[in-house]
Amino acid sequence: MSPIIARLTGGVPRRALILLGLFVLFMLIAPALVGDYLLTVLILVLYFAYIGQAWNIMMGFAGQLSLGHALYVGLGAYTAAALYVHFGIGPWLGLLVAVPVAVLAGAVIGFLAFRFRVAGVYFAILTIAVAEFARVGFDHLSWTSGSSGLFLPVAQYTHNDLWHLRGHPAMFYYVMLAATILVFIGSRLILKSRLGYYCLAIREDEQAARASGINTFRYKMYAVMISAGMTSFAGVFYAFYYNNLFPEQVFSIGRSIEIILAPLVGGVGTLIGPVFGAFVLQGLAEGLHALLDTFGVDIPGIKHVFFGVVLLVVVIALPEGIWPWIARRLGLAERN
Amino acid sequence: MGALLEVNGVSKRFRGLVAVDNVSFAVPQGTIFAVIGPNGAGKTTMFNMIAGEFAPNGGTISFAGERIDGLASDAVCRRGVGRTFQIVKPFMGLTVEENVIVGALLHRRHVGTARTKAHDVLRRLDLYDKREQRASALTLPDRKRLEVARALATDPKLLLLDEVMAGLRPTETDRIVAILKELNGETGLTILLIEHVMRAVMALASRILVLHHGAAIAQGSPGEVVRDRAVIDSYLGAEAIA
Repeated sequence: MSPIIARLTGGVPRRALILLGLFVLFMLIAPALVGDYLLTVLILVLYFAYIGQAWNIMMGFAGQLSLGHALYVGLGAYTAAALYVHFGIGPWLGLLVAVPVAVLAGAVIGFLAFRFRVAGVYFAILTIAVAEFARVGFDHLSWTSGSSGLFLPVAQYTHNDLWHLRGHPAMFYYVMLAATILVFIGSRLILKSRLGYYCLAIREDEQAARASGINTFRYKMYAVMISAGMTSFAGVFYAFYYNNLFPEQVFSIGRSIEIILAPLVGGVGTLIGPVFGAFVLQGLAEGLHALLDTFGVDIPGIKHVFFGVVLLVVVIALPEGIWPWIARRLGLAERN
Repeated sequence: MGALLEVNGVSKRFRGLVAVDNVSFAVPQGTIFAVIGPNGAGKTTMFNMIAGEFAPNGGTISFAGERIDGLASDAVCRRGVGRTFQIVKPFMGLTVEENVIVGALLHRRHVGTARTKAHDVLRRLDLYDKREQRASALTLPDRKRLEVARALATDPKLLLLDEVMAGLRPTETDRIVAILKELNGETGLTILLIEHVMRAVMALASRILVLHHGAAIAQGSPGEVVRDRAVIDSYLGAEAIA
């Protein structure tokens, strides 16, 4: 077995691997099984699973609470979209700019916070502040059409153009599925590396981490920058999937909160938690939607009220999140 | 040929309070050196200055011939000073093994080699069988040994132990004393310890420094120190000589 495979699967119970394999298999064939509507729901699930994992690296691993992750989504989205609209540069090349922009933003926030010892709640407030700052800034940025919104040309392509991310939802589905799997593997590799151990040490006790020789400033910077860079890809995807961007929507604090719901419900700091949480939340929301539909009731905003209730229940009953609890029940928890 | 650790005229003031007042001592390579004194004497403050938690207001601290006062704690650790905390600070959410791996990763890039090192250290400290438990599940004596293990895993030349025996039962104290003696004897590890448990101090230390109100009131071999008039009056009490 190659060392990288060993690092990926070492210590994971066989039945967990089998379940994971079956799940990936199901996700691969899902577009053939579900209708158009469910496909868009699954894209949304994967989108939140992806960002939840990216956020989890910063909060779940390194213990740095970001309540402004919409910033990185927005920067990724606007950078790639503007490059496309103004210069015809496709999303994949756009990523080469969008990711560094988001990483730079993360580095600036991280530097300001960690250099001047802004920690805990104050750090979280700083992340909100910068995201809000970006929202107001983009409202007045004429290059991206300010508050009137940036629109990507929605051409009806008869074929899937992967290079320009134009095509059928199934293509977007597979792009997001691939990204989610890649980030999952990446998170696992990080967790099993020196970087991962150091992040966990910082999360658990920063003073003790420093006394163990860890340059905590540097490793917190790594965590923020990795998380920001990963998140920005979701922004690029968002721009090309929805084709319209408004600062009020993209950067709003509501978006930042939405991002952290899945990991909170699934289990912060766990690998599966953010993915699992995304499925649970959207799944339950769709179930509720269907239920209300059969009774002919339509309550605008019920989804968010429902998310709030789910979060409340989880925080009270299973503060570690649902996944760790399930993993213990089913004997899926990792052994050393 | 200087000592491994040299503390020269070090002082620390917290606002008006002088916590450590012009203290000097030297810890020779390969010895076990104890710092004793009543509560509030400035022992932990002294420790924190050596370990880089904060800088002294005056004086110098040299380690292996190099100034380390004012360096950050992670930099001090990288130079070869491992420490424990008086109020234990294990990584509670991590397993015993993971705690020690964090320490071992300081001089090892790969988790695999760090784990091997961690296992060696855990065996030495009688924690190997508990390696898969979470640190939060350990009892206080185990947590204290875990702190020592984590510090040892960083391959220190000097180990700073801040009251690792406080709150332990005599049998547990003897166990740690035996482990420390073995470490010092086999690997030549230099140990600087703060301790209230005189039994342990007498069994381990070859030299003792006594602090009182931030000042060094005595320094010498265990035999000399326990007969010192000032030490008996301020700290040990008359019954100690009985």
